Amino acid sequence: MVRVDGTGRSNSLIQVRGLDKTYKRGGEEIQVLQRLNLDVDKGDFVAFMGPSGSGKTTLLNLLGGLDVPTHGSITVAGDEVTNMSASKLTQWRARHVGFIFQMYNLIPVLTAFQNVELPLLLTKLSKAERRRHVETALGVVGLAERMNHYPRQLSGGQEQRVAIARAIVADPTFLLCDEPTGDLDRKSADEIMNLIIRLVKEYGKTVLMVTHDPVVAKLADLELHLEKGLLVEAGQVQQNAYAGGAA
Amino acid sequence: MKFRGLIFANLFRKKIRLILTVGSFAVALFLFSFLAVVKGAFGRGADIAGADRLVIINKVSIIQPLPLNYKDKIMRIPGVVAITHNNWFGGVYQDEKNFFPQFAIDPENQRKVIPELKVPDDQWANFLKDRQGAIAGAKTAARFGWKIGDKIPIKTTIFGGANTWEFNLVGIYHSEKAGGDESQFWFQWDAFEEGVPKTFKDRIGWYVVKIENPDDAPRIAKAVDDMFSNSDFETKTETESAFAAGWVKQFGNIEFLILTIGGVVFFTLLLVTGNTMAISVRERVGELATLKAIGYSDRTILFFVLAESLLISLIGGLIGLGLAMLAIPVLASALNGLLPTLILSPAILSVGLGTALLVGLVSGLLPGIGAMRMRVVNALRRV
Repeated sequence: MVRVDGTGRSNSLIQVRGLDKTYKRGGEEIQVLQRLNLDVDKGDFVAFMGPSGSGKTTLLNLLGGLDVPTHGSITVAGDEVTNMSASKLTQWRARHVGFIFQMYNLIPVLTAFQNVELPLLLTKLSKAERRRHVETALGVVGLAERMNHYPRQLSGGQEQRVAIARAIVADPTFLLCDEPTGDLDRKSADEIMNLIIRLVKEYGKTVLMVTHDPVVAKLADLELHLEKGLLVEAGQVQQNAYAGGAA
Repeated sequence: MKFRGLIFANLFRKKIRLILTVGSFAVALFLFSFLAVVKGAFGRGADIAGADRLVIINKVSIIQPLPLNYKDKIMRIPGVVAITHNNWFGGVYQDEKNFFPQFAIDPENQRKVIPELKVPDDQWANFLKDRQGAIAGAKTAARFGWKIGDKIPIKTTIFGGANTWEFNLVGIYHSEKAGGDESQFWFQWDAFEEGVPKTFKDRIGWYVVKIENPDDAPRIAKAVDDMFSNSDFETKTETESAFAAGWVKQFGNIEFLILTIGGVVFFTLLLVTGNTMAISVRERVGELATLKAIGYSDRTILFFVLAESLLISLIGGLIGLGLAMLAIPVLASALNGLLPTLILSPAILSVGLGTALLVGLVSGLLPGIGAMRMRVVNALRRV
């Protein structure tokens, strides 16, 4: 169960405590996240919403070990990420995190198969084993027959499905999706969201997703809003708004 | 190699740019090979010169003669083992383009002093018996298709007398030393003396002296020059390698010229390749950031960039050296012996390829380090 008050179980899959992130721009300090808490269990599907500049992507980057917090800790499956050296963090990302980006971020000179194979090149799997895993991942996203196509030969929705296959192929601990439908039309966006829901429901994947789209956010188990550097549940946002209006 | 597909896919991403960059390497390596071969050819005389030989010429210039009667006086200097004398003939075989050096030699002492130029004993015996006999270097014989028994007419340009001298080719010599000169044409001193006008008789071009101990070379050289100082024919004595080096210096500082041109070529190549790699990495910042995000280490990213630049330099280098291997023999034959032997040695090939790889490594290093240090978060924001 997802909690944002710092009272989650000690064995939560992802445990964030007192997370601060401050940027320096010019001489000014900008505090993006402040004393943020979050607990996510295995199989949870969480959507983060908030206006531009609220720190959604910053939070995702911190959870994915791409950035380091100013204060606070992030623990994933018992490993404290915030204490890791840069090289350990790289290894940790390869093992535990599957990234899905808004612009798919596929390598244009590689086929769908080769793109999906990229995370597996860092493992000790044999060529045959890698092939089996890639074919399985492409099968899950429904693109097994397009494995030899280059990204330019695929539609936006298909490119994002290849990116999802790349994210799941090494069976990571959790998936981080940064606006996964942000560059897609409604129909393709629905297909992608159905796929992500299937990964959660059928394969028990843990998904943390940033989105601007309320329709997409509603498909998650829980919507969290970033407000003034803190996470609040969607219902709470409305209460805050009413309270503000009453005042 | 697991990453081969990724490296090659990136390498062939922009084919025109790849062809142009590889082409730059190929041209530079071809030019390097040619310059190195020319440098080697000019320096070869000094490299293969005998350490135990001195060359004595007229102090004024090599084209001024020395008296033949110096020979016995020089032989009496302690440490001198043997002495031989030569003269430049400077004749023309059929056409002026067919240049090769012709020397009147002293048959009695030639093989004692210059033993590395080998003539089979039976051919040498025939040479001694035949006043019109001649011995050609293997390279010159092959160049004109001569075989033993052929009559070789050579038109004199310096000594007047009979317009064309006819020689009987009785032997062919080979050099025992790799890269040794196999282009000379020798004929008997007596035939020369008989054929030249009176003013040239008893005059030689230069002496070559074999000494017992190379360490005595400075002492013996001084003794020779002192012996004939203040005479009508003062001498200049130096080691054979110093003589050969001095000969090359007449053409200017070839080594400096070649090193300067080579340096400029490789520096320009470094700039071209460095620029190519920098553009290539800048175009792929987002992709490299994605690779880092999904778990590729900084070192692996550096490896990708370096592998790419090294492959470009390797392919270009091999093409350039391959072209040089094909072109240099053709060029050597087109020069008709104007330059000494052009040899594209394994050492030149290794140095060329090594330099190309070094340029590839250095040109990939800066963009590679930049990619390695790039912050994923910043780079992904730019996608």
